[in-house]
Amino acid sequence: MNITELTVHELQDKLKNKELTITQITKAYADRIEEKEKDVQAFVTILAEDAIKQAEEIQNKIEKDEIKGEFAGIPIGIKDNICTKGVKTTCSSKMLENFVSPYDATVMEKLKKENIINLGKLNMDEFAMGGSTEYSYFKKTKNPWNLNKVPGGSSGGSAAAVAANLVPWALGSDTGGSIRQPASFCGVVGLKPTYGLVSRYGLVAFASSLDQIGPITKDVQDCAMLLNLIAGHDEKDTTSENKEKIDYTKCLKNDVKGLKIGVPKEFFGEGINEEVKDSLEKAIEKYKELGAEVEEFSLDIAQYALATYYIIACAEASSNLGRFDGIRYTYRTPEYKNLKELYKKSRSEGFGPEVKRRIILGTYVLSSGYYDAYYKKAQQVRTLVMKEFNKGFEKYDVILTPTAPTVSFDIGSKSNNPLEMYLADICTVSVNIAGLPGISIPCGVDKQGMPIGMQLIGNKFCEETILNAAYTYEQATEFRKKYQPQFKK
Amino acid sequence: MAKEDFEVIIGLEVHAELSTKTKIFCSCPTEFGAAPNTHTCPICMAMPGTLPVLNEKVVEYAVKAGLATNCEIARDSKNDRKNYFYPDLPKAYQISQYDKPLCEHGYIEIDDKDGNKKKIGLTRIHIEEDAGKLNHDELGGGSLVDLNRAGVPLIEIVSEPDLRSSEEVEKYLRKLKSILEYIEVSDCKMQEGSFRADVNVSVRKKGDNKLGTRTEMKNMNSFRSITRAIEYEVERQIDVIEEGGKIEQETLRWDDVSGKTFSMRDKEDAQDYRYFPDPDLVAIKLSEEYIENIKNTLPELPESRKQRYLEQYKLSEKDAKLITSSKYLSDLFEQTIEVCHNPKAVNNWIISDISRILNETEMEPIEIPFDSKQLGELIILIDKGTISSSIGKKVLVELFENPRSPEQIIKEKGWIQISDEGAIKEIVLKILEANPQSVADYKGGKDRALGFLVGQAMKETKGKANPQMLNKMFLEELNK
Repeated sequence: MNITELTVHELQDKLKNKELTITQITKAYADRIEEKEKDVQAFVTILAEDAIKQAEEIQNKIEKDEIKGEFAGIPIGIKDNICTKGVKTTCSSKMLENFVSPYDATVMEKLKKENIINLGKLNMDEFAMGGSTEYSYFKKTKNPWNLNKVPGGSSGGSAAAVAANLVPWALGSDTGGSIRQPASFCGVVGLKPTYGLVSRYGLVAFASSLDQIGPITKDVQDCAMLLNLIAGHDEKDTTSENKEKIDYTKCLKNDVKGLKIGVPKEFFGEGINEEVKDSLEKAIEKYKELGAEVEEFSLDIAQYALATYYIIACAEASSNLGRFDGIRYTYRTPEYKNLKELYKKSRSEGFGPEVKRRIILGTYVLSSGYYDAYYKKAQQVRTLVMKEFNKGFEKYDVILTPTAPTVSFDIGSKSNNPLEMYLADICTVSVNIAGLPGISIPCGVDKQGMPIGMQLIGNKFCEETILNAAYTYEQATEFRKKYQPQFKK
Repeated sequence: MAKEDFEVIIGLEVHAELSTKTKIFCSCPTEFGAAPNTHTCPICMAMPGTLPVLNEKVVEYAVKAGLATNCEIARDSKNDRKNYFYPDLPKAYQISQYDKPLCEHGYIEIDDKDGNKKKIGLTRIHIEEDAGKLNHDELGGGSLVDLNRAGVPLIEIVSEPDLRSSEEVEKYLRKLKSILEYIEVSDCKMQEGSFRADVNVSVRKKGDNKLGTRTEMKNMNSFRSITRAIEYEVERQIDVIEEGGKIEQETLRWDDVSGKTFSMRDKEDAQDYRYFPDPDLVAIKLSEEYIENIKNTLPELPESRKQRYLEQYKLSEKDAKLITSSKYLSDLFEQTIEVCHNPKAVNNWIISDISRILNETEMEPIEIPFDSKQLGELIILIDKGTISSSIGKKVLVELFENPRSPEQIIKEKGWIQISDEGAIKEIVLKILEANPQSVADYKGGKDRALGFLVGQAMKETKGKANPQMLNKMFLEELNK
C-alpha cells in the first residue's frame, strides 16, 4: 500500500480498520516530501518534523481515548496566504518574508479543532496575483505531470502538492480562478465556494469582494469533506453568510438524471484550445449518457467579465496592500532619508513586478477623474454579470465550461507577457465576479499527457448541486485510475 | 477698505470621539491614557488578513447625534475607505463614510449678536475611525507609533458655511458640545482631543455673492485658540486682499504659542484619497423601527431643560442658559438642589463663583473635581449659619483644589463662624474703640462708615464673624 496515494476518505477507512496509524500517515508524507519536494518545489515552509511530533501526540491521545474525531491526525497543506499562528505566512513575497502571524485564520482554528496536522505552507504567486506561481518571490513550483511546466496559479503550490502526493489535501484561495485553474493544470479537484460561505478572516486580502478560501483535493468526496470543515458563518467576517450547516458529503448521489446543464457557447469560442474543446465535448456527451439534459445557451456578458475583474480586483488590491508599508511587520528598506523615501523604497523593493503592476492599475482606476469611467462602470457591469447568471440559473442547475482555455504551459513562456497571463483567467473570473461556486475536475489529458479541467458552476450556495454533478462524472470516468503525474523532466 | 467692509464666512468640521466602551471595528477598549499599544489587537494594528466588524453602538450613537441635531437619518448607508499613507494609519486607509453618510441636512440653533435665533445648517454627520498617534522618541530621535487610539470611533459633524464671526463659532461649538454631552455620546474633552474642530474660513466684500477662496485651519485645542485662530486668519486674508493679493486654498496649522497659522500643504499636493466602498463591510440598513426606538430614548436636550428651569426654579433666562449649556453643570445644579433644597443658592454659586473659577483656570465643567454632595453641604453650612458666605468662597476654592467634605475643611482650617453674642460684642467694642473717626462719621450722618466698621471686624476675625450679628450689634452700640 502506498499511503500517500490514498485519498483522505480512504485514509479514514484504513485508520478505522486499524490498517494504519496517524504516525504512519504523517511519516509517509514526510518521506514523500523528502523525496519529491526537490523536484516540485511546492512548499515555502515545510513543517514535516513538527507534524510527526504532533502525530505522535495525537496517536497517544487517541490510544488513551482522550480525543476522537474522524479527522484527528490527518495532515494538510496550507496556502501561504492563510494566517497560521506561530508559523510564517509570507504570501510568497519578500515583503512578508519573515512575517509570523500572531493569530490563526478562522479556517485554521476550525482545522485545529479537528486535530488536523499542518504539513506546511504552500507556494503561490506573490499575494495571489498570477496564474502560474512563477511570481513567487521564493521559488518556481513545477507541475508534477511535467516538471518543465507551470502548476498554474495562484494556488500552484497547493495544487502541485496534492497532485504530487506531498499532502493528502490542501487549502487554496481563489480570487479569479486561483483554486480552479491550478487544479485543472495539475489534474486534481478544486472548489471555489460561494462568496460568503467560508470565512475570510485570516486570509491575507487580495480583493476582498472576490476572495474565497477553498479545498484542493484528490477527489470530489475529499472536496466535500474539506468543505464541511471550513464552511460556516464567522462573527469576525461580516461578509460571511449565516446559513444552516450542510453536510456536503450527503449530496454525493452518483446520479445526474434530469440534471439541467447549460453550456455557454462563448466559453468555447476563440482562444480556447482545440484539445481542451474536444475533451469538454466528450465530457458533455458523458453527462448526456448519464441522463443529464445538456443545452447550449448564450452568456454574452461573460466577454466583459475579464476587464471588470481586473478593474475591481486591482482597485481593491491597491488599497488592501497599502498596509505593507515598511512601518511595522513588513520588509523595510535599509536606508532612507525621510518617511516618503521609507515608503517608496520599502514598497519598491518589497513587492515583485506583478504586484506593483496591479497596485498601479488599481490606484489609477480609483483616482479622481477616472473612478466613474473605470471602477464605477466595472461595478455596473458586475451587476449585469450577476443578472445574466441568474437568468441562466432560471433554466439550468449547472453551467459547464472549460476551467482554463489551455492546459499548463512551459515555465517562462508567459511570465513576461502579463496580458496573455491574464487571459488564462478568462473562464474563471466571471464566477468570482458573480460570487458563485465553481468546481474544477479533471476530464482528460491532451496529447502530451497534460491534464484538462472542466468547470461546473452552480447557483449561489448550491455547492451540493455541483459537487454531485462532479462526483457522478468522476465515478463514471475514473480519471485518477487512468492517469497519474509522471514527473517528466 | 476697512475690515467692516468684509463679510466673514465660516464652516466647521467637528470630530467628536464617541464614548463607546470598545473601538469601532474591534473589541479593544477606547479608554484614554493607557500605556502605548496596550489597547490594541491584530485588527486595529492592521495585521494581514484581519477584518473589521462594525460596532453597532457606534451607529446608534451617531443616529442619536443626528436626531438631536434635526438631521435626516439615512435608511441605507455604507462605509468607505479613504486611502492615504501615514504611520499612524496602520491599514493605510481610514474607514469612513463618503457619499452616503448616516445623517444629513440638520441644523443647530444659536443666538446671533442681536439675540435672535439663528439656524446653523449641518451638512452631514458620518462615522469613521480615529488614527493612532506618533510620539517623538527623545532618545533615538525617531518617531514611535502608539495605536491605542487607532479605531476609536468618531463622528464628523460638517456644518454649512453659515457662521459669520468667531463669536458665532464659539456659540455653535458650545451648543454642539452640550448636545453631544446631553445625549451622552461623547465626553467632548477638548484637551484630550475627543472634541476637535477644523475651521474653514473665507472672506468676501459685503454685497458679493461669490464665496471667497477658503483656507482650512487645524490644531486648535481650546475655544480660546479657535477664536484667536479665526481672528488671526480673517485679518490675514483681508490684508492679502487689500494688498491686491489672492488667497490660496490651503490647509493651515495653528500654532498656539506664536499665535499664527502656518501652511501644512497647498492645493498642489492635495491628496487624492481614492474613496471607494469598503468591501469588507456590509451596507448599513436601518429600519424605521430602529430609528423610532432611538428617537424615544433621546434625553431632555439643553433647550427644553432651559425652559424647565425658567418655570420650575424661576431662573433668569441668562442663568438658565449658562447652567444648561453644559450637561455636567446642569446635572450638578439639579443634584445639588436635591442635597440642600436651595435652588437660588445653588444657582448663585454656579453662575458666579464656580463659573469664574472655571474661566480663570480654563477648566471644563466636566473637570470639576467635587460633587453635588459636597457643594450641597457647603450651602447647608452657610444656610445654617455655621460659616459665612465669605468663608464659603474659601471653602469652594478648597473644594477645587482638594475636594473633601466642607465640614472637614472648616474644622481643619478653624473657619467655623463666630456666632456667640458675647464674643461678637467683644469684637464690636474693640473695633469701635480703635476707630473713633468712623464712629464720629456715622453719628454725623455718614451711613457708609457702618460698612467700614463691619469690614474691619471681619478682617479682625478673618471673616469668621457672623455678618448679620455684627451688623446688628454695631447698630445697637452706635445708636446707644
